[in-house]
Amino acid sequence: MRTSPTFQYNLQFTALLSASVLLFILYFVGRESIPLINEVGISAFFADNGWYPLEGQYGLAPMLVGSLLVALGAIMIATPLGIIAAVFGQYYAPLPLAKIYQATIELLAGIPSVIFGFWGLIVLVPWINRIAPPGASMLAGIIVLAMMVLPLVILTTANALTRVPPTYLRSAQALGLSRWGIIYRIALPIAMPGILSGVVLQSGRALGETMAVMMVTGNVVQLPDSLFQPIRTLTANIALEMAYAVGDHRIALFVSGLLLLIITITLVVMAHYLKARRYGQ
Amino acid sequence: MVSNIKSKYAANELNLNKAKFKHNIIALAIWSTALLTVSLPLMMLWTIGVEGFPQLSLQFLLTEPTHAGRSGGILPMLISTLWILCICLVTVVPIGLGCALYLSECVTADSTIGRIVGLSLDVLSGVPSIVFGLFGYAVFAIQLGLGFSILSGGLSLACMVLPLFIRTTEQALRACPTAYRRAAEALDLSLFAFVARILLPSAASNIAIAFIISTGRALAETAVLIFTAGYVTRIPSHWSDSGRALSVHIYDLSMNVPGGQPNAAATAVVLMLLIIVINLVAHRLSKRWQLLE
Repeated sequence: MRTSPTFQYNLQFTALLSASVLLFILYFVGRESIPLINEVGISAFFADNGWYPLEGQYGLAPMLVGSLLVALGAIMIATPLGIIAAVFGQYYAPLPLAKIYQATIELLAGIPSVIFGFWGLIVLVPWINRIAPPGASMLAGIIVLAMMVLPLVILTTANALTRVPPTYLRSAQALGLSRWGIIYRIALPIAMPGILSGVVLQSGRALGETMAVMMVTGNVVQLPDSLFQPIRTLTANIALEMAYAVGDHRIALFVSGLLLLIITITLVVMAHYLKARRYGQ
Repeated sequence: MVSNIKSKYAANELNLNKAKFKHNIIALAIWSTALLTVSLPLMMLWTIGVEGFPQLSLQFLLTEPTHAGRSGGILPMLISTLWILCICLVTVVPIGLGCALYLSECVTADSTIGRIVGLSLDVLSGVPSIVFGLFGYAVFAIQLGLGFSILSGGLSLACMVLPLFIRTTEQALRACPTAYRRAAEALDLSLFAFVARILLPSAASNIAIAFIISTGRALAETAVLIFTAGYVTRIPSHWSDSGRALSVHIYDLSMNVPGGQPNAAATAVVLMLLIIVINLVAHRLSKRWQLLE
């Protein structure tokens, strides 16, 4: 199509601007972090001397472990439930119900994280407290996060299932496979790269979640030895201390932001390549 | 001999029954899991509704908070939220629309530049919201000297919402029938004329949906705003004033203010109602659009 150069340059400019937001973020968070990394070295952040930023001890390890455990727990609960729920929406629910189900899940996916956190605080934490005090614990974080991630896993899985070529399903039906047989032997294996990609993407989201987790996990910096102990995640640490942190303490928070950034970028790129794998090959 | 055949036949029948039984069990398990996955979050919403509705009134929406939010209303938060949303969307829409147009009209999805822009948008949408908060604090609040203000908050939020808006708009633009494109080419329309006269009008309702989805996402966000838009509970009079968003208000009341939970629940109900309305509008629009097709 005939095009004036100015119009195309304007569009190109907005595209490059949008793409460069990520570079800006990497640059600025990196630039804020570099002085302290140079001063104390990367290993100082993973040494087990604890998190006493005012005394120059920046051990992020307990919080990194906290973040990873909570995210892993949530994903382990949400993945099987999410896949089954997506199978229900795609292959078991009658059409009107499937539509309502999809709309409900979309609504649930849009619930603000602070509302999940608030529910955890007024319902879940007192409830766990009756079983094993103090209630604000890793378990509460896992449950709240699993509930948050579940609708997202359902949506990405459903999306992967809709892209299974319909001819495969019809041939399987013609061969006399049962409904569950078609799902278990044909649809799920073919959609698996897409499903996995969604799960990896959502584990990034779980790892990066701040509000819901911060409101229910108790925020004690420690390596937990049971599900009922309070923990603090990297994200919660930033949100809690940023308000009053100055000097090196503030820079240490930027370092933890950089760490989060690197982990989530790795996960997203992984998800991207999983998804790029061709269906059924 | 005859009895032998008969017994074989009966055994087959038995196997078939077994298979049927197995599949019924699987179906039951799937139905109950599906029920569980929606009922638990819906119960959550119900609990918050029960806690929050008694405090809700027109008075609550139209007065300022007193006693750090334990009593009084949420008027300043509603106004701040609106301001932040406006700034966020005013930034996102022109840049996002331009980028989506570029991706759908000027490059193909598997060209180098299309792939680079696409991947960086995917990565951007996976960046944790608290990192956007850090970035916004370092750049808008400190580097550009905007301080804790509605402007810093709105701009930081814009960075976060941008990839979502671009991706949904791009999909809307790609849904435009190829025939339109061919016809425009045959008539020797310029790209600008095609975009302004044909593409955007035909995709308008889908772009509206992208807009609404992005609004919902921006409304739900908390972590980005704590260190950029700030905490102040006064009604902002200028965009350089600090303002507290609804979601930040819920967080602050429930965590930092003892006795703030009833009002936190009421604010949560307001926020949730806004999100539900936004969802319904998006759903209605997409349905109507499908009918027009």
